Amino acid sequence: MVENLKLGIVTAASLEKGVDVRLDAPVSVEDMVVGRYVTIEGQKRRFFGMITDVSLGVTDERLAISPPDVNDPFIADVLTGTSTFGTIHVTPMLTISGDAKAVLEGPQPVKTIPAHFAAVNLASEQDIENVFGKEDKERFNIGNPLDMETKLCLNLVELVKRSNGIFGKSGTGKTFLTRILLIGMLQKSQAVNLVFDMHNEYGWIGTREGGGTAKGLKQLFPAKVAVFTLDEESSRRRKVSTDFVVKIGLNEIMPEDISILRSTFNLTDLAVEAAYQLYKILGHDWLNKVLNLGEEELEELLKGATIHEGSFENLKRGLGSIGRLGFVVPEAKGDSVKNILDFLLQGRNVVLEFGRYQEIGAYLLVANLLSRRIYSRYKEQMEEAIAVDNEALKPRPLVITIEEAHKFLNPEVADKTIFGTIAREMRKYNVSLLVIDQRPSGISEEVMSQMGTKITCLLDNERDIDSVLAGVSGKNELKSVLSRLAPKQQALIFGHAVPMPVAFQPVAYDAKFYASLTGAGQKSTTEQVEKDIEELWK
Amino acid sequence: MRSINKDSPKKIAEVIEASATQFSAQCYELYEIPPLGSLVRTGDIYGVVAGAETTSLEPGRKPIARGKDEASEEAVYESSPQLAKLLRSELTAAVVGFKNGDKVVQYLPPQPARIHGFVYLCQPDEIRDFSRSFGFLNTLIDADLPVPDEEVVAATLRQMSQAHGDSRTFLVAAGKELAALLSNDYLRLKNILGRLTPA
Ligand SMILES: Nc1ncnc2c1ncn2[C@@H]1O[C@H](COP(=O)(O)OP(=O)(O)OP(=O)(O)O)[C@@H](O)[C@H]1O
Ligand SMILES: [Mg+2]
Repeated sequence: MVENLKLGIVTAASLEKGVDVRLDAPVSVEDMVVGRYVTIEGQKRRFFGMITDVSLGVTDERLAISPPDVNDPFIADVLTGTSTFGTIHVTPMLTISGDAKAVLEGPQPVKTIPAHFAAVNLASEQDIENVFGKEDKERFNIGNPLDMETKLCLNLVELVKRSNGIFGKSGTGKTFLTRILLIGMLQKSQAVNLVFDMHNEYGWIGTREGGGTAKGLKQLFPAKVAVFTLDEESSRRRKVSTDFVVKIGLNEIMPEDISILRSTFNLTDLAVEAAYQLYKILGHDWLNKVLNLGEEELEELLKGATIHEGSFENLKRGLGSIGRLGFVVPEAKGDSVKNILDFLLQGRNVVLEFGRYQEIGAYLLVANLLSRRIYSRYKEQMEEAIAVDNEALKPRPLVITIEEAHKFLNPEVADKTIFGTIAREMRKYNVSLLVIDQRPSGISEEVMSQMGTKITCLLDNERDIDSVLAGVSGKNELKSVLSRLAPKQQALIFGHAVPMPVAFQPVAYDAKFYASLTGAGQKSTTEQVEKDIEELWK
Repeated sequence: MRSINKDSPKKIAEVIEASATQFSAQCYELYEIPPLGSLVRTGDIYGVVAGAETTSLEPGRKPIARGKDEASEEAVYESSPQLAKLLRSELTAAVVGFKNGDKVVQYLPPQPARIHGFVYLCQPDEIRDFSRSFGFLNTLIDADLPVPDEEVVAATLRQMSQAHGDSRTFLVAAGKELAALLSNDYLRLKNILGRLTPA
């Protein structure tokens, strides 16, 4: 489309309700899509706004009652843009004043409206670049604004200052988008990532709908990414170059890890309560004892405790299914946590594959347990660094990526799990979250409100849409943009890291993208890694 | 004094009645009335032919039928040559603008046309010059005319379009102007547009 195409003029506006624009005759309503950016040339400042509604107008209602003969091209030509016209509704997002000082200050929030008949243009590539910035050492190209060729650049350094969320219903492109963001962080920010990779999509290789594969992080950045696995066998079968096999010791599982599993394992509140009591009485080795000691021995140990028989049985059944998980061993010395931390502190990103253990119970248990322990180490380090007032001692910012986030962050468990704590703390201890979810309405409101930047693909459930947009200004308008995104590869980003909300098409995750990545493993290194794997699994 | 050359518009009638908004003129030749909607000029004043009639010269005396025994209509006039002197053709023009120095303006002139002023039929150059803007449409729509104004407006635009190389573009532009003027009277607009469509 033509740069800076004039669309029409402002005919009505209010700060509350936005701006109505009457389209010029040559502009077809059908070219106006919700989510596109326009500029409004006010007398003293320019406004940036998003098209949030498109409608048709007639000057005389009788036109609708006895429609003209539009098959007559003459009549059609005369009436378009005059008696019948298109209108768009624009929600202003930012202003840039004309004077030099304002140019330095950059875009400002909207506090007024443009005057009558101000000209409205499609935002040009330059306009978008002025607002979102160019690709540079902090900004990463994540895609193009809808229907535009301009690069949309996201400031990753800003992004990782808070916890963030990626939402969208199933199959809308969350995983692909997450990969893009992870690569962005890897390239542009100091943060290091820990990804709990439920479906083995991020580390080495991912699948594409309709066939084909997508490179994982380690294939692209072999020096910066390590793949850990819970399922050695599965990783080997998939020819993944792994760095470490993670085992979880029964002795590492704490009652709080059980409480997050309550609804997954159908535990009663009393059963969860019992876990805490058992831990108090039996100590670190409580799970081992509960699962492996004979009935009499246990009874002897638990004498005097008031644990209801039914609750105990209920709990034991749940604990039994944990004990049967292949990666759970009777005793572990904390090697897994230590190893992950070592990698992270060296600035290497860690992707933990779950292999065949894709049931939600295993995912919740492992992610919660490891994050809890890693977090407490981070906390210690931060406190030490603060005590001696030495920036250099602070651990690198860590971003933990979790899928199915509502299972960790629903209102029932959010204040009990480590993730709830991290989300609420606004990275006090240099740890933040990247949550991925297809059912954001399941996440506690408080946690949602703490998220700095949200990127959402199409959502069609009203409650999910409401929860994602809660507290955002222009919510209703954004809602209409959000619910009209394409079912794949379109998203809306808003919040802390972007100057204004924008609907965009994420970059295509393909060979061209791989090639564009600076510092991504050159062909030779990738080949080398492939050779290494062959060696490794011989 | 105006010098006569071959490009001068043809003198066709003479003003016999004038008001601020209209003038009537008697045509020099019986039945040689310019078509409805033609652009005419008397002095500096422009008008659009908005009505015409042919009547008996003597007010109140109606002609009588004479053709009963004649073979053709022409024969009626041939057998009574005095007829041409007893009848006259008149046009009524709606004033749509005037020449203010070199500039054509499209609103009413300060003075009405002068009686006995000569009326000229404008030639394509002058028509093109005049119809560069559409301010006259508003004047026409609001005028109190002897013929329904929808007919006059449509006839005027059809006439003018012939002076323009791309008559369709001219008509579309004019149509858009009308659509704006008649934004709350779609039925009137529709009537006019229906009369503009090149058949
Ligand atoms: N940026 C992209 N580049 C290339 N293909 C993409 C991109 N985004 C999405 N796709 C296509 O859409 C499909 C679905 O995307 P993805 O797996 O990311 O969805 P999802 O939201 O994670 O789904 P689920 O909720 O089932 O996990 C992909 O398999 C791929 O074919
Ligand atoms: Mg996915």
